[in-house]
Amino acid sequence: MKSLGSIRRDFAPWNDPDAKPYIRFENVTKRFGDFTAVNNLSLTIFEREFFALLGASGCGKSTLLRMLAGFEEPTEGRILLDGQDLRGIQPYRRPVNMMFQSYALFPHMTVEKNIAFGLKQDGMAKADIDARVAEMLKLVKLERFAQRKPHQLSGGQRQRVALARSVAKRPKVLLLDEPLGALDKKLREETQFELMDLQQELGLTFVVVTHDQEEAMTMADRIAIMDKGEVMQVATPAEVYEAPNSRFVAGFVGNVNMFEGAVAERTEKTARITGSTGAQILVENAGDAAKGANVAFAIRPEKIKVSSKKPADDVNALEGEIYDIAYLGDMTVYHVKLEDGQVVRASTMNAARIVEDPLTWNDRAWVSFRPDAGVVLTR
Amino acid sequence: MNPTWTRFNITSIVLGFAFLYLPIVLLVVFSFNASKLVTVWGGFSTKWYASLFQNQGLMDAAWVTIRVALVSASVATVLGTLAALVLTRYTRFRGRVLFTGMVFAPLVMPEVITGLSLLLLFVAVGLDRGFLTVTLAHITFSMCFVAVVVQSRLLSFDRSLEEAAMDLGAPPVKTFFQITLPVIAPAVISGWMLAFTLSLDDLVIASFASGPGATTLPMKIYSQVRLGVTPEINAACTILIAIVAIGVLAASVVNKQREVQRRRDEQAAQRG
Repeated sequence: MKSLGSIRRDFAPWNDPDAKPYIRFENVTKRFGDFTAVNNLSLTIFEREFFALLGASGCGKSTLLRMLAGFEEPTEGRILLDGQDLRGIQPYRRPVNMMFQSYALFPHMTVEKNIAFGLKQDGMAKADIDARVAEMLKLVKLERFAQRKPHQLSGGQRQRVALARSVAKRPKVLLLDEPLGALDKKLREETQFELMDLQQELGLTFVVVTHDQEEAMTMADRIAIMDKGEVMQVATPAEVYEAPNSRFVAGFVGNVNMFEGAVAERTEKTARITGSTGAQILVENAGDAAKGANVAFAIRPEKIKVSSKKPADDVNALEGEIYDIAYLGDMTVYHVKLEDGQVVRASTMNAARIVEDPLTWNDRAWVSFRPDAGVVLTR
Repeated sequence: MNPTWTRFNITSIVLGFAFLYLPIVLLVVFSFNASKLVTVWGGFSTKWYASLFQNQGLMDAAWVTIRVALVSASVATVLGTLAALVLTRYTRFRGRVLFTGMVFAPLVMPEVITGLSLLLLFVAVGLDRGFLTVTLAHITFSMCFVAVVVQSRLLSFDRSLEEAAMDLGAPPVKTFFQITLPVIAPAVISGWMLAFTLSLDDLVIASFASGPGATTLPMKIYSQVRLGVTPEINAACTILIAIVAIGVLAASVVNKQREVQRRRDEQAAQRG
């Protein structure tokens, strides 16, 4: 079986026409005065899904999360959770819990009391609360710190307390606002995997807001890429990366080379694109790009081969000169300046330690790629 | 060379402190004067302290003052905290600017005017002047000081704490008493202490708002001094100064210790 990316996903309710969405945003608009934070947005999230809202700051992703939590009401449209319209339901009555970016730990309470706070509000019996708190402390490996106050904890420990507190009530949905934003890089990578394990273990629906694409790619089942209050694409990490639906998404996630041009020839599957300076590119799976349409051909750097001689087999080969090289250890990045002046970024995995006839600055070089290595974008 | 201890610096410090504290030092010293003449030293004695406690008039006034201060500081703290909450939380209601101005007007209003207008009000509504009217007057003018202190704390308060509490199922009132109030408690307490001391030493407004049977200590001292300063008054003032000084010192020592402890905890947490 062939599919995009290198992961097989068996959990994919979004492809199942019979699956019932768990959270549903229906034409939701949110305005603050003259500013439109979220613009006529519709979105569905499924049960047990790890869903990421990815976008630059100010794109409306946090507003979306706050509307789900009940801190903001949509100006127009409605939000359904498990079939129930959430309009008018106060935050303290919603079956969702949130982990805040600042963690928002109660400074005057111990770790134990912080975790127990939500359970107490439900009027749970004392013995049950103690048992649940102990379970949560074990889950986040903070048993030894139960009696500490938040200011006596390190950043990573505070993050765990916040997490334990927000899952203690077993909410239907856990909302995470930049959950790893305040941690350093190494800790962040460890915690990403811990969050994924936790989600599997508890079987909860996670909705996470982040501006870090690597974080979203690592953790999420699906990613919604947002810009200016609108959703640009909702897809799995592999689809977002390998089959972006627009120039914006292609440029937002990862590195990309973009060839602007027009469709010169069109068959059922393939298209020949003529670049603005005459370069010819043959593409398979050209989608719905009609003949004559202005399109962009987007291709990721690692799908481009750099060689000193003209490759015999590849149909798409463009000549240029090595303009810049960056040796990064695991891979090498070449910047090749083509005849028409466009600089192409290509990266090669350094699979071997010893390389014969390596390239250097100002060498003549050919960049080449297969017809199915990139995508044609009309938007 | 230590550049901080130049002759100029030493002179200015000595002058500054003399200016601030010489009168107080004189008062304290003369409260231990054996002579009945206030400005002539007649040897050391504590007899004026003994006679102070036998002076029924002064003791009554002190008791009135303390009761007024306790009640007015407590009520002013509640009202001032509410005003501060409204000012920081509901930033977009109609007439907010007017409300802000009105809350803070007593800060800059001449006391004579506040006192006089309160007197006019009490007369107009036919309220007999006494303990109640003094207390009301003190609430009126000390409330804004509490509001200022609490508001400055609320401005740096992380709203997500309240959102987290609500998110975990606490309704707004519960959130206020379990989260907001404990976190801003230090500011509320210092607001209360400020209101308490303001009420303790107020003379002008009390003179307008008070009536028979509700003479406060500052009023009593003032009226006695007009008949001539007695060493008893010096003794009474010395006790007041001692109480205030001990209060301030204790508060700053506790604060300092807490700060040190906190820093130590944080460093320990960072080490893991």
